[in-house]
Amino acid sequence: MNELPQQLANGLILGAMYGLIAIGYTMVYGIVQLINFAHGEIFMVGGFGALTVSLWLPEGFSLLAAIPLMIIGGVIVSVAVGTAAERFAYRPLRGAPRLAPLITAIGLSILLQQAVWKWYPEAKKDRTFPQFSGDPVHILGADIQRGDFFLILAAPLCMLALAYYVNKTRTGRGMQATAQDPDTAKLMGINTDRIIVMAFAIGAAFAAVAAVGYGLHNGQVGFKMGFIMGLKAFTAAVLGGIGNIYGAMLGGIVLGVAEALATGYMADVPGMEQFGGGAWKDVWAFALLILVLLLRPQGLLGERVADRA
Amino acid sequence: MTTLLEVEDLKVAYGKIEAVKGISFSVEAGQVVTLIGTNGAGKTTTLRTLSGLLKPLAGKITFDGQPLHGVPAHKIVALGLAHSPEGRHIFPRLTITENLQLGAYLRDDKAGIEKDIQRAYELFPILGERRKQAAGTLSGGEQQMLAMGRALMSRPKLLMLDEPSMGLSPIMMQKIMQTISELKAQGTTILLVEQNAQAALSLADHGHVMEVGNIVLSGTGQNLLHDESVRKAYLGED
Repeated sequence: MNELPQQLANGLILGAMYGLIAIGYTMVYGIVQLINFAHGEIFMVGGFGALTVSLWLPEGFSLLAAIPLMIIGGVIVSVAVGTAAERFAYRPLRGAPRLAPLITAIGLSILLQQAVWKWYPEAKKDRTFPQFSGDPVHILGADIQRGDFFLILAAPLCMLALAYYVNKTRTGRGMQATAQDPDTAKLMGINTDRIIVMAFAIGAAFAAVAAVGYGLHNGQVGFKMGFIMGLKAFTAAVLGGIGNIYGAMLGGIVLGVAEALATGYMADVPGMEQFGGGAWKDVWAFALLILVLLLRPQGLLGERVADRA
Repeated sequence: MTTLLEVEDLKVAYGKIEAVKGISFSVEAGQVVTLIGTNGAGKTTTLRTLSGLLKPLAGKITFDGQPLHGVPAHKIVALGLAHSPEGRHIFPRLTITENLQLGAYLRDDKAGIEKDIQRAYELFPILGERRKQAAGTLSGGEQQMLAMGRALMSRPKLLMLDEPSMGLSPIMMQKIMQTISELKAQGTTILLVEQNAQAALSLADHGHVMEVGNIVLSGTGQNLLHDESVRKAYLGED
């Protein structure tokens, strides 16, 4: 199990998940300079949206055919919650001191967790998420669970679509302009309020896709899942250079791989025997964050500001 | 001549501080009108209010026969009022071409936009040479050209230029002023805010002198240029 290809594969899959969620942090920050700490919960509700759709489908419905429907369900729930948060929680606080929206975000995060805990049927414990049956597929020396192919496909597709949107479409260009200079963007005729909603919506949609991947990977979703995943994705966004969409994905991958390698090999380092294994993986992830903040506070791609969106 | 812009008793405040204390002026189609005055006179505040970035406290703005009260900034551009802001505010991480395209954000005629971009390159050849360069790498004067070119991309009925000569070398300043008179010759209606009173009054049909939020003196460009108090206060004569 502790071979390198396997660890790298595990890291990439985890990293793709972090990266997809991190897009939401970085886009919103890039445009309104707000860290939306409720984003982890927007990811979580997306998982429950997808789960709900899977429960509606008749017994024996093929999971492969169900996945597009589950994505749609997850995206609808996440985008609805994400844009409602923007409209009713953050927009009224625009122009307020930065601490106000930050505390609001934390409050919203607790609210969403508790709402799912209280009102989603049997959500007080983790709920089982549909799984692909069949043995793992052996590729390049690594065993990949069938469900993980979802993230392996979805993450690059999402990134391509986003890059196209930001660079080639009119609203994408408007988004870059709003991120660089909101007042002047208005002078161009750009409805910056709409652009901000779009940033929240895209981030939420990507989080929902990540949540489907999370469910398929872990076999369950739970009301608490957004907390640690949100923190990790936030770490990934900072790692990659907050405000930079490509940085968010890169940061996610770097973080995922670093975590996987630390889990697999830390125990082999002399004197570190007791720090191996999965129990310590969060420690290594956040230690990496501290290191980056100390040595390269702008993040890995923080310099390539031309790509910011 | 038709009145394109009519400002009546406009008041604008930042919190409790009134920056514009009830000014009135108008711009006729085809004219160049200038607002001159020192720092803090309220010139930039006036322009930012006209383009919808600031909300007026009181007063009436009528543009092309339509009241601008309560119209958000992004819709005012669509009415034909373009604003090249103080400090240029080009989008630094986008290329020159992309900046110009953003000036045409609300337009759908691809061919027309392309033609107007070419026109901007003719007006400012240096922009054409550097079209793929990030706008943030341009010199101050080149950025000013880009800001003006970008404002023209919406094919405005009225072009508002805020301090186009600020911080430029004398040669560059001359070039910008020359471009403004070219635009005037082409029939562009311009509302020009300047600290360089000499240059602004020389090419303006009408001028208004602002001091701490009020218009204290109005007249034709030539009259103001030869007015003794203006010469003393703004043209550096004893």
